[in-house]
Amino acid sequence: MMASPVLILGARSDIGRALARAYLAKGASVILAARPNENGLLEDDLADLRVRAPSGVTVEAVPFDVTDGAPDAFFESLPQKPGTVVMVAGLLGEQEQSAKIDARAADVLGVNFSGPARYLLAAARAMEGVAGGCIIGISSVAGDRGRASNYVYGSAKAGLSAFLSGMRNEHAKTGLHVMTVKPGFVATQMTEGMDLPAAMTAQPAEVAAAIIKAQEQRRDEIYVKGRWRFVMAIIRAIPERIFKKLSI
Amino acid sequence: MTKSQGSERVHGWGRFPVVETHVERPRTLSTLTRSVDAADSMIVRGNGRSYGDASLHRDRVIETTRLDRMIAIDEASGQVIAEAGVLLSDLLDTFLDRGWFPPVTPGSKFVTLGGMVASDVHGKNHHGAGSFCDHVDWIDLATGDGKVLRCSADQNSELFAATCGGMGLTGAILTVAFRMKPVETAMVRQKTVRAPSLSHALDIFERSHDWTYSVAWIDCLASGNKLGRSAIMLGEHARIDELPVERRKTPLRRPARKAKSVPFDFPSVALSRPSVAAFNRLYYMAQRPGERLVDIDPYFYPLDSIHDWNRIYGKRGFAQFQCVLPLESSQEALETMLTLLSKRGQASFLAVLKRLGAESFGLLSFPRPGYTLALDFPATAENLSVVNELDAITADHGGRIYLAKDACAQPQSLEAGYPRLDQFRKVREAHGLDKRTGSLLSERLAI
Repeated sequence: MMASPVLILGARSDIGRALARAYLAKGASVILAARPNENGLLEDDLADLRVRAPSGVTVEAVPFDVTDGAPDAFFESLPQKPGTVVMVAGLLGEQEQSAKIDARAADVLGVNFSGPARYLLAAARAMEGVAGGCIIGISSVAGDRGRASNYVYGSAKAGLSAFLSGMRNEHAKTGLHVMTVKPGFVATQMTEGMDLPAAMTAQPAEVAAAIIKAQEQRRDEIYVKGRWRFVMAIIRAIPERIFKKLSI
Repeated sequence: MTKSQGSERVHGWGRFPVVETHVERPRTLSTLTRSVDAADSMIVRGNGRSYGDASLHRDRVIETTRLDRMIAIDEASGQVIAEAGVLLSDLLDTFLDRGWFPPVTPGSKFVTLGGMVASDVHGKNHHGAGSFCDHVDWIDLATGDGKVLRCSADQNSELFAATCGGMGLTGAILTVAFRMKPVETAMVRQKTVRAPSLSHALDIFERSHDWTYSVAWIDCLASGNKLGRSAIMLGEHARIDELPVERRKTPLRRPARKAKSVPFDFPSVALSRPSVAAFNRLYYMAQRPGERLVDIDPYFYPLDSIHDWNRIYGKRGFAQFQCVLPLESSQEALETMLTLLSKRGQASFLAVLKRLGAESFGLLSFPRPGYTLALDFPATAENLSVVNELDAITADHGGRIYLAKDACAQPQSLEAGYPRLDQFRKVREAHGLDKRTGSLLSERLAI
């Protein structure tokens, strides 16, 4: 049983929405955290989740911006202290833009690394003493090795992976479970229009199911589709003097 | 973030035909409305479970699978309001254990609500319950001219009648309000009866109107005096006191079924005449007469447990044929069709017969009183010509073909079967929808 409620940071994303449904179906209450937009603060998703929620399970929404510099205040303002925190916020960006325009690079680095790291540090502080507490970070296979096609994004995710591994190491004794998730390709809004290989691409609901199963098994790190672990092991094993000449 | 959306290869469940087109997948009702307003012409597509070309458009397909939110449920009346992309399987997962079941369900649960309205789907209970749209209170429809119209029997009723069964040709269905029905358990009491010939089968249907559900599977390779031999499956939602004792405490729980999938396209020999003939014989023998309790999923959705079952037809895809024939000419027309099939040796893996009840109010709705026959074939040139012959037999007997299944009919068979087609055209024209919506189906059939 997962520690409830589950706080989903970046709940407007396709993976965030799928996670909220999957946790509810498991009987966990959910707090959705997302940036308000012209449609308000997830009113449509709130209604949806409340219709789906089994009795006794609650769903709330709170405003959240991963680039906002007040993570401790954010956790203090929550309606309930979370038992599980999932960091879904991320920004793929375009490598070409990130390489040319400083502000774009700052966005990608901030949304994928420094923002999540600061919020998860604050989460760990806020969850001190919570029994069965769990922190889950959505990192990326792109962080497993820097590649010309997406290394600004990839390096931020590499940073997040290192951060999560360090936090897991620190909390091995306190009982706080820290899990790294590398989804691989996922059919989401972020990847729409890209020509992704079907066998390597997961649906958001698959990602959510894999995360919950791994949380129940107290796994440290997962690749949503197992074959990604194999593919990335090969990519990591290629010597740098060869790798630098490849375009993969 | 990249927004350059490339084109995709898109097809219906029959995997024939295939079109390369631009696909949008809006996440909110307002973005869907904006997309419809911005498009010169488009078709909305749900989960792609109509068989032929109804959800295909050369330039722009707007898919609703990401618009899958529930909006409200009224636990007193069973009214559910939901976005058009909500899947029937999702409704079952969410509401069955609260005692609610869809009023009408087609043979797959992987269809969207919007698709159920656009095809005005029917189920095994059509003779008593009517089609899906008979249980729809209202829909919200984006007509592409900046408007979103609430449509019901009282409000914009012409558009409502055109949209129910209208194959998406009246704009984008945004939300659907419909009524679920209460059930006590997640099981069905099934009675199987064998009919040694077609006339027996029709007799049994005519004597079984009191059963909520009825459907027959026909061995369509049987000939001579066995022509039309069938197994007829009748069903009722089981009451709690009919369940085995160990399931009475959790009567609404569905046992988990592990879905299998078809990992590759079958070679064409898999559905050759001898293997299908063998399957048909085995299947007929396997339908033991008598009564038993069955779970809802295997009863209503036998094929859904095999994901991507359409791949057994191989790369070339398959064509479905479904018609409904008026009562008075049903027997003659069905005999002509079955004789044609057994003579030509056309192997249909699934042949399903069902008695339909009253005609729906939808202007292009399929159901009308009589018998409906559904068949499927690998999409070879020869088979497609058989389907055209079946279309002709249907038209000769005053029947109609089902647009959600069709991939190859000619305009004249449409005209023959749908007497309210002109009324449908007038409603579309009145709202300019003939310019702003379209599909390969509407082009092919000159709708």
